[in-house]
Amino acid sequence: MVALQVIVGGLLSGAIYALFSSGLTLIWGMMNFINFAHGEFVMLGMYVALLVVVWLGGGPAVFGIAAALALFALGVGIYLSLIRHVLRGPMLAQILSTFGLALLLRYTAFWIFSANVVSLPQTSLAGTINVGGIFLPLAQLAAGAVALTLTISLHVLLTRTTVGSKLLAVAEDRTAAMLMGIRPDRMQALAWGLSAGAAGIAGALMATAYPWSPSVGETFGLIAFVVVALGGFGSVLGSLYAGLIIGLIQAVSAFWLGAIYKDIVVYGLFVALLWFRPQGLMGKA
Amino acid sequence: MKSILSPRVGLFLLAAGLLFYPIVFSGAFYRDIGVAVLLAAIFASAWNIVGGYAGQVSVGHSMFFGLGAYTPLLFYTLWGWSPIAGIPAGILLSIALAVVIGMPTFRLTGHYFSMATIAVAELIRIFAGTWNLVGAAIGLQGPATARGWWDLTFRSELPYYYIFLAVLGILLTITAAMERRRFGFYLRAIKAGERAARSLGVPVRQTKMKALALSAAFTSVAGSLYAIKTGFIDPDSGFGILVSIQMIIVAALGGAGTLFGPLLGALILVPLQTATNTWFGGGGSGLTYILYGGIIVLIARFEPGGLFELWHRVVPERWRRAHAT
Repeated sequence: MVALQVIVGGLLSGAIYALFSSGLTLIWGMMNFINFAHGEFVMLGMYVALLVVVWLGGGPAVFGIAAALALFALGVGIYLSLIRHVLRGPMLAQILSTFGLALLLRYTAFWIFSANVVSLPQTSLAGTINVGGIFLPLAQLAAGAVALTLTISLHVLLTRTTVGSKLLAVAEDRTAAMLMGIRPDRMQALAWGLSAGAAGIAGALMATAYPWSPSVGETFGLIAFVVVALGGFGSVLGSLYAGLIIGLIQAVSAFWLGAIYKDIVVYGLFVALLWFRPQGLMGKA
Repeated sequence: MKSILSPRVGLFLLAAGLLFYPIVFSGAFYRDIGVAVLLAAIFASAWNIVGGYAGQVSVGHSMFFGLGAYTPLLFYTLWGWSPIAGIPAGILLSIALAVVIGMPTFRLTGHYFSMATIAVAELIRIFAGTWNLVGAAIGLQGPATARGWWDLTFRSELPYYYIFLAVLGILLTITAAMERRRFGFYLRAIKAGERAARSLGVPVRQTKMKALALSAAFTSVAGSLYAIKTGFIDPDSGFGILVSIQMIIVAALGGAGTLFGPLLGALILVPLQTATNTWFGGGGSGLTYILYGGIIVLIARFEPGGLFELWHRVVPERWRRAHAT
């Protein structure tokens, strides 16, 4: 029974990993660009949730949407002011830009919120429910379900709608898309907004179930790398499966080996993946 | 027409300035800054070989720094050996690790290399924090008092200053030689366009591998020097991401892929960091990293070539030509 509880718990946090990792994979797939500040977006989403709850009050729906909108705006702003200019520059500039951004966001958060671990005040989702003998915190269950739904929605948005087709068209061939009357800059700004927004709402969901401090951004950023490497770069569906797998592996190794080892196992898996199957489980060679 | 700005005269002035600095500024505070500048110049120049010249941006070079820092103190702690014995061991370990990382990632585009380096560095940091042999989270200590000169444990900053200066001199000489040889041209070709370089017959993977190994070896030496001088190392000061950040920002500010860029970056950043820490007191380190992040973003956005390229663009061509020849 305990094992089952560990597995379900792992899958639920895995669903949140899948959500923010799908944001990272979207940017990588569209622009061949790695965002080293992606984990920081998740961290900011958590603090937006906290600020909204403390200042305005309101339930999970309110702060979840607030975090998504705030991070969407931030993503678009960062694209327009920074990423757009380094996108066709040298590799050094590309990597430095988001790497510096990660530092800036992380230490600004340290400065404003201090290094203390915080958590959301009790919300309407407090309490646990008993599903066939497994005790699950309601918050974790709801967060996992919402994350799963949103990741699938993002996949549907990309594959079944006009906007999605336009995004993919720009990813495929910028110039050809432009000739078809699509504005690549606008689409890429939208992709950055969606990517950061997904990370923001994932952060808000995470905040309902777990305490955190400004340094979580680094951990989540690395987890997103592992998920994307496993699922294949550019595939939202891939990062959905991979997110669930990573969540599961983390929970299982934390349970059997001890909490410190969960990150060692996950990063070790990442190195092994880069060595043996760099295109990911579902990617093509 | 020779003038004060000709490269040879400039180099002579720089060398003389570095040689006599601790004699002119003999206060412990100034000598300490001098040693810190040299250390930063060493690790940034080492990073520069693979990150600047080869264009393979490592964001986890702290793994080599940490290996170099841990081995001398580990040998001392385990068997009481002189820390000098640990330096070559650190170099060998770092080169081995460089091969392990380079082998798979250099087949792929540069982003994979960056991601792999950050993950491996973090993996080693967490691992070192749990491994009791290397002191786990507490870390290791070196000799408290020297048993002889071979312990490299000095009261005064002066011996450290000249040891560091000698290492920097060796590193820059090797880099300068590398620039002029075929290897240096290969590196620049790879940085400019990997596919084009390969089609012209450049052995791309092999060249990148050599650059990483050379860079790792010198980063490891920098780590050893740091640990021996400080007499103490823990997972964060050895393998932490802030160590890697320090290397990148020093090199990128001065000019990644230029011979003297890292030294220039160190000459600017280290005093600046000392100043911010003094101004803002104990809470200053957070603000220092906000500042670092801002500087890195600005370099990426406006001047990826660093200050050297800015100088070349801002100072009019004609003026430079008139004064340089």
